[in-house]
Amino acid sequence: MHPALQGLLTIAIGVSGCVGYFYLSNQFLDKVLFPARGPNAGRNINRANMIRPWLFLFPALAALGLYLAYPVVETLRLSLTDRVPGGGYEWVGLENYIQMANEPKFWEAMRNNMFWLIIVPAMSTAFGLLVAQLTDRIRWGNVAKSLIFMPMAISFVGASVIWKLVYDTRPAEQDQIGMLNALYIFFGGTEPQTWLTIPFWNSFFLMVVLIWIQTGFAMVILSAALRGIPEETIEAAILDGANPFQIFFKIKVPQIKTTILVVWTTITITVLKVFDIVFAMTNGQWETQVLANYMYDKLFRANDWGVGSASAMVIMLLVTPILIWNVRNARKEME
Amino acid sequence: MSDIAGTKPALRWVVHASVIFLVVLWVVPTLGLLISSFRTADQIATSGWWKSLFPSEQNLTLRSAPPDTQVLENGIYVIEGNLFDAGTSAMISQWGVSSRAVDAFVPGDTAELRRGGTITVDAQGNYRMENSEEFTGSRGARVFVTAELPPEFTLANYHKVLLAEDSSDSMGRAFFNTLTVTIPATIIPILVAAFAAYALAWMDFPGRALLIAAVVGLLVVPLQLALIPLLKFHLNIGIGKGYLGVWMAHTGFGMPLAIYLLRNYMAGLPRDLIENARVDGATEFQIFTKLILPLSFPALASFAIFQFLWTWNDLLVAKVFLIDASGQTTVMTNQIVELLGTRGGNWEILATAAFVSIAVPLIVFFAMQKYLVRGLLAGSVK
Repeated sequence: MHPALQGLLTIAIGVSGCVGYFYLSNQFLDKVLFPARGPNAGRNINRANMIRPWLFLFPALAALGLYLAYPVVETLRLSLTDRVPGGGYEWVGLENYIQMANEPKFWEAMRNNMFWLIIVPAMSTAFGLLVAQLTDRIRWGNVAKSLIFMPMAISFVGASVIWKLVYDTRPAEQDQIGMLNALYIFFGGTEPQTWLTIPFWNSFFLMVVLIWIQTGFAMVILSAALRGIPEETIEAAILDGANPFQIFFKIKVPQIKTTILVVWTTITITVLKVFDIVFAMTNGQWETQVLANYMYDKLFRANDWGVGSASAMVIMLLVTPILIWNVRNARKEME
Repeated sequence: MSDIAGTKPALRWVVHASVIFLVVLWVVPTLGLLISSFRTADQIATSGWWKSLFPSEQNLTLRSAPPDTQVLENGIYVIEGNLFDAGTSAMISQWGVSSRAVDAFVPGDTAELRRGGTITVDAQGNYRMENSEEFTGSRGARVFVTAELPPEFTLANYHKVLLAEDSSDSMGRAFFNTLTVTIPATIIPILVAAFAAYALAWMDFPGRALLIAAVVGLLVVPLQLALIPLLKFHLNIGIGKGYLGVWMAHTGFGMPLAIYLLRNYMAGLPRDLIENARVDGATEFQIFTKLILPLSFPALASFAIFQFLWTWNDLLVAKVFLIDASGQTTVMTNQIVELLGTRGGNWEILATAAFVSIAVPLIVFFAMQKYLVRGLLAGSVK
């Protein structure tokens, strides 16, 4: 069958299936199982109302459970087992983790990830805050924000192509077509550099891509937070003779501290999952490996599900503090 | 109120200048790729894209019309014409007839041709060849020119990338596949999540707070963990790799954000409205479809944009759950990565392919930015 037809059919089946499920299950509950009439009408209504939430929740919970909760458990199990040739699994305890810890590539990925985790959220938040503050009071601020926000819509792969052109290198005797080398030569550089193959520094050139994408996100959230600051506090500071920098750092920033933290953690999560950029630009060569790409390598190139799952658990472990923090905040808010 | 500070003209000037600088910094990389996608392979490889905006001086090897176009005028054989393609407005500064002396003449000069006869070339590229004997041979005379060419752009790359028969370059099929993945993967989770969000927002049942907390927790679970367990699951139940699998995976992965966004929005709807409807005897199902869904449109739109952008731009989920060995179901992001690997130097193909894939999300972005911003503000865990 043609995929387009299949797609249309899926939409039709999916949508009508959902609507049908919700409608019919409600009908069944109200008309057949616990009809709101007869001698037990009152009790039946109560019973129906106890069950109904679960009817509404069931498809979503099934999807959540199967696609997100179950994999966490299953990945943990896989990380403690090895596949036996011919099918089946054998329990190996922590062997996969030990094997992983003995691989220099893993530690390279960890080291790079640490840099990613510090630099990308910090720079994105800083740039986002800077743009949010600068554009706050100028007339064409919304246009500027819109343009800086734009990379959010571009895929990591598309962004990788965009930046690969920026980092392009031509032999010294030719015209440089990559902007970075053109600028480098213009400002007195002698030899064009192949930026993505310079160990250690090349990771930073990859981080630039993610900072470029995430700044817009930080800007949007922080800009809304800045506008939410009560005017009186700023007026008071101006009357007291504070200069613009003092107003920004001593009055505004402390008041949006929580939002800054939220932005920071959200970008941190994105960084931990980042795979496409490294995969598309260097594929972990020249010492640019990161955890998510290391994991992909192990799972689908080396076909080593044990070590692959172990590295996935490392990512999970790094996410966990943020997970707990988020859940606690959400619960606090609901009370 | 910062306006008081902003009245210092120097500071205001600095603010404007820095914003301009940042905007340029953010836009220029994309602009470079966009412009490159309209240039020929030669142009991209020999000069930076920023130079294409201005007239450029280039050394070209051109050819006159072949001898069979010659006419006899007053006993002299003449070939006339223009060295450039029709529509090109170039300015020649120097020219020559031998590859060893490409700059021997200036426009208006007359040069001796090696095979007999003379040629006169003017600045616009018009030439006149004269010979007392008949011109022979099958090809025209070679002319080397140094010319100032106006910026020149072409749509040929797009034609090639979208319509080429050769499937390794073709984005046409991949574009279509991406669309096939994206639309069901956007619509279905919305519906499933909306019901759940309503239950979590407006129905009272034991364990509700716990479920909401679980959703918040699942928001940050990396989908990397799901790859192998679910691929195994899909293979076991017989879906294997294919559209059905990728639709299901996107539905599952999008669920926490969908429920979270929609629940937050629905919980903010006025309580009176729902209580009144209940008193009037509306069933929960009616309240949901007639009241909650229409009122929640902004939140639904926000999530739809997120999910659309995310599924359109996704590489990992498609690679794991969709693309099989035959490569028939490749999506655009995957196609671009393959191009990066195999044709890393062919910038005209790469740039165009990337832009084909970026164009749709950009249109959606600029058209529905309002909802995107609203969704971001509601979606970041406070």
